[in-house]
Amino acid sequence: MIHHLLISPFSDQQMLRALVACLALSIGFAPIGIILIMRRMSLIGDSLSHAILPGTALGYVSAGAMSVGLMTIGGIVTGLLVVFFSTLVTRNTSQKEDTSFASFYVISTAIGIILIRLKGGDEEVVHMLFGDAESIDNATLFLVMAAASFGLTVFAIIYRPLIIECFDPVFMRVSGARGGLYHHIFLGLAVISLVAGFRALGTLMAMGLMLLPAASARFWVNSIGKILLVSIAIAAVSSVGGLLISYYTHVPSGAAIVLVAGGFYLVSIAAGNNEGLRKKLLKSRRLHG
Amino acid sequence: MFCPYEWKIPIGAERCLAYCRGRINSYPALGFGPTCMPVTLENLSVVYDRDPVICRLDGAFADGTLTAITGPNGAGKSTLLKALAGLVDYEGAIDLGNVTQSEIAYLPQIHESDKTFSISVFDLVSMGYWHKAGPFKKFTAAMLLDVEKAIEKTGLKGFADSAINTLSAGQFQRALFARAMLQDAKLILLDEPFSAVDVSTTKDLLNILEGWSATGKTVIAVLHEMDQIHEIFPETLLLARECVAWGKTAEVLTNENLARTRNIMAMEIVT
Repeated sequence: MIHHLLISPFSDQQMLRALVACLALSIGFAPIGIILIMRRMSLIGDSLSHAILPGTALGYVSAGAMSVGLMTIGGIVTGLLVVFFSTLVTRNTSQKEDTSFASFYVISTAIGIILIRLKGGDEEVVHMLFGDAESIDNATLFLVMAAASFGLTVFAIIYRPLIIECFDPVFMRVSGARGGLYHHIFLGLAVISLVAGFRALGTLMAMGLMLLPAASARFWVNSIGKILLVSIAIAAVSSVGGLLISYYTHVPSGAAIVLVAGGFYLVSIAAGNNEGLRKKLLKSRRLHG
Repeated sequence: MFCPYEWKIPIGAERCLAYCRGRINSYPALGFGPTCMPVTLENLSVVYDRDPVICRLDGAFADGTLTAITGPNGAGKSTLLKALAGLVDYEGAIDLGNVTQSEIAYLPQIHESDKTFSISVFDLVSMGYWHKAGPFKKFTAAMLLDVEKAIEKTGLKGFADSAINTLSAGQFQRALFARAMLQDAKLILLDEPFSAVDVSTTKDLLNILEGWSATGKTVIAVLHEMDQIHEIFPETLLLARECVAWGKTAEVLTNENLARTRNIMAMEIVT
């Protein structure tokens, strides 16, 4: 019975490809999600995920079909363009990073939606934004796995300077180190990962699998290494659960996966033993009781 | 005994010589002199949004001295440290003497640090070896041992594996001092290092400061506590956007000078 409900759906080739893709994303997303949260850049990550939409849409329009190569290149290019322009605005005007990123991402989302509707219908819009596990072919799967491996490798190489830059950028500046360089390499990695994830999860939802597991993990453990492992585990379980929900109910896979991850997040807020609600309640009871 | 800057920098020269002599008088046992290479400020001004924060500051911090910077809020004390650390743009000139940029250790005010980050005390302290390890080089066994030692010296033994977001303000400051120890900096800049820190931590950290100064490091600290300044810091710079007085602590912190400081700040608020 359990085998029939939970395991047999994955004997389907399509589901299996989606599962492998989502598991690879779970691993590849984890370090990026953690840094985004640690650096209080969740909103900027969100902006990036929207920023890739017009590029992917342009790839879709020009190829006339879901062409992995063009959509990927388009997504990476527009994602990096938004990073470039937002940084330009932040550096040269009095506007803060979050405002400039948010401004550019609404613009790019608008462009993206219009481009998709020029060529396709409502269904394409939904698939682009919320993911379509059934669209994952071997080429997409290869892309996802390559992006995850590449991201992890680069992350491992720049781990030390990146963590120091996140924790204490002033220290890096005074030490004469090029902290900004690692910050930008990291943003580049975030763009590549999000582009890799958009077929399975959608551009709107990819961010969910990146942020929610890391945010949940922080309520349980308190060192970067452990947060990494716990968030990979949460992301993997969310992927399996979400894909099954999507399989049985035909809702978009990205939304289903993010919903399961969201469930983990809510439970973690309530039950987590590290700075969660439970600790706060215990503390106040100790104070009053 | 003369200061090599006597001919190198015309404006700061006179002061520099005076400061070096002053230092030699106050630390006769060290017998510095020909190697004296002070950190010199020449007509230094910092402007934020057309608002002058520091006005035409001239003077020098002789090496190996402990200098307190004090003055009312908004006097430009933190800004001066930031200018020395190379963190803000300024007009005029700062000559770091024989100190290079990477030989500066700077501790900002405690509330400017991110204390919610999930790294351990050990990781934080080991950042102090950035000048040796850089972004990619391996930490040798000797370096790891040094990290342990620095943690012990600052009284954090047993806390190496604690996450920094579980530390008290005093413990966090101790960890930052341990990091500064490893940095092996020649110029140490501290912005209100003892605000929000308990008494015993303050005492320990002041000892460390004196140790740094004794080994020839130049220490400049923004402070408010007059007792601390009188007790530990031989030199004081009294700042009210401009230099009110700069020299021997007892000669600087006179009632007359403090009253002048208040007048200058009050006048600037009116205008």
